Amino acid sequence: MDLDTGETMSDNPLPAVDYLKIPEDGDPYLEGYKCSSCEAIFLGERANCSKCGERDQMETVTLANSGTLYAYSIVHRSFPGIDVPYISAIVDLEGGGTIKGNLINVDPEPEKIEFGMPVDVVYDDALGRKDGEGNSYLSYFFQPSNAAS
Amino acid sequence: MTDAYVVGVDMIKFGRFPDRTVPQIGAEAAHLALDDSGLTIQDMEALYCGNLGQASGMVGQRILQEIGQTGIPVVNVSNACATGATAFREAWASVKAGLYDLVIAVGVEQMGKGLLGGAGGSKGISKEGLLGSGTMPSVFAEAGMEHARNYGTTFEQFAKVSVKNHHHSTMNPKAMYQIETPLDTVMNAEMISYPNTKLMCSVNVDGSAAAIIASEKKAKELGLMSRAIKVRASVLTSDPWQERDLVMPDVNTCTRKAAAAAYEMAGLGAEDIDLVELHDCFATAEILHYENLGLCEDGEAGRMIDEGEVALGGKVPVNVSGGLLSKGHPLGATGIANIYEVSTHLRGEAGQRQVEGARIGLTHVIGLGSACGIHILEKAS
Ligand SMILES: [Zn+2]
Repeated sequence: MDLDTGETMSDNPLPAVDYLKIPEDGDPYLEGYKCSSCEAIFLGERANCSKCGERDQMETVTLANSGTLYAYSIVHRSFPGIDVPYISAIVDLEGGGTIKGNLINVDPEPEKIEFGMPVDVVYDDALGRKDGEGNSYLSYFFQPSNAAS
Repeated sequence: MTDAYVVGVDMIKFGRFPDRTVPQIGAEAAHLALDDSGLTIQDMEALYCGNLGQASGMVGQRILQEIGQTGIPVVNVSNACATGATAFREAWASVKAGLYDLVIAVGVEQMGKGLLGGAGGSKGISKEGLLGSGTMPSVFAEAGMEHARNYGTTFEQFAKVSVKNHHHSTMNPKAMYQIETPLDTVMNAEMISYPNTKLMCSVNVDGSAAAIIASEKKAKELGLMSRAIKVRASVLTSDPWQERDLVMPDVNTCTRKAAAAAYEMAGLGAEDIDLVELHDCFATAEILHYENLGLCEDGEAGRMIDEGEVALGGKVPVNVSGGLLSKGHPLGATGIANIYEVSTHLRGEAGQRQVEGARIGLTHVIGLGSACGIHILEKAS
């Protein structure tokens, strides 16, 4: 997959998910909500903790851009218009938080994928997908952390 | 509290019935179960109806419009793939509580073809294939790969589940399919989401199943004890918080919680179970549940399928009906169809696929989101 940024992105891409933050000046990052009572981490804004039940104890945390592969599937059949095969990956981020995304720059073969392999979170255009108004989106992907980005 | 007994239970042969309505399909199972008990709709004091596809469509009442509008209370239930089991459990609870002596539970579903699920909501752009996959084959592939990570479970071991269940269904005339699928056929079938090939995914079918539940007093009064099935345990759980919840639905913890509660309620253990109908929505899922239900130690599931312990004739046969993989999986009907299968074995009426000497059986379903329903059944003595 081509990770060459800049050309494919419009000037002001929107975040593909609301836990992806795009600062005016600075690099995009993923934001979690952490319960200050029990330290559970959630994706997306919320007031209450579903682990311990505490109310209004949530604070935002910047999630790490590195982690390890927890589990995956290799998707060969999907909905019409979606390129296959691709690797659907579940990644435990360093410091907490688990997210799901596409694992790129790895052949979609079980022999090429190792549980626990270190991966980086990288940000790029959302595969050219646009909404009804023609807006571009920025998304995140995983790639092996020894790969050049 | 009174004991509650299944005094009538049946299912239709699963298939595809695009020209029939959901209430018509449900009504057929209701009639079959009533006939099995020798009772009529006029004898029923309440109806508990499970259906997902038309959850807001008053399906239970429309079934009564097909078979007899007697004015009884109707409860319509929706709980993902645990819908049928939940309807059965509500019916059971009403009898246990002494509200009614005779009730009917019906589960019914009319399914489309194709993939279920998909990642992300409708806001902005589609997330499927962008942020991984949310299709059911992928979600359960990933749950299976978690097991592979922990215990080295192989693609071949997952595939063997499908070989076994398809083989079982060749002896079940009510299953959608009656075809053998050898290991190489399963492994070389179209890959949907590794490690689940097409033959390792449950079949979307239309279907219905129904059960009549009676209090002990009523069952005796009506002379129905000789074929009655005692409900030894009925448990429903939701999923406790897990750290990977938001991206990885947890089908394990709610099952373990439900199994522990069910064994305690029944006053027995996994070693007492003679057969199991469990939620093999995908071949990967079945492997997880051997351990979740305590049929073996953690990490032993791969060995269990390799050594045939879960096949008909083995230590604890699993999914002798053919399971969701081959009997089919009409979501709202599945939980009650499982009750039918186990009851049929306990009655000694399962024909070619009969589990010899079966005395106690367990049914299990999982609805993602999540709900786990477990029932333990025993032949009335
Ligand atoms: Zn908390």
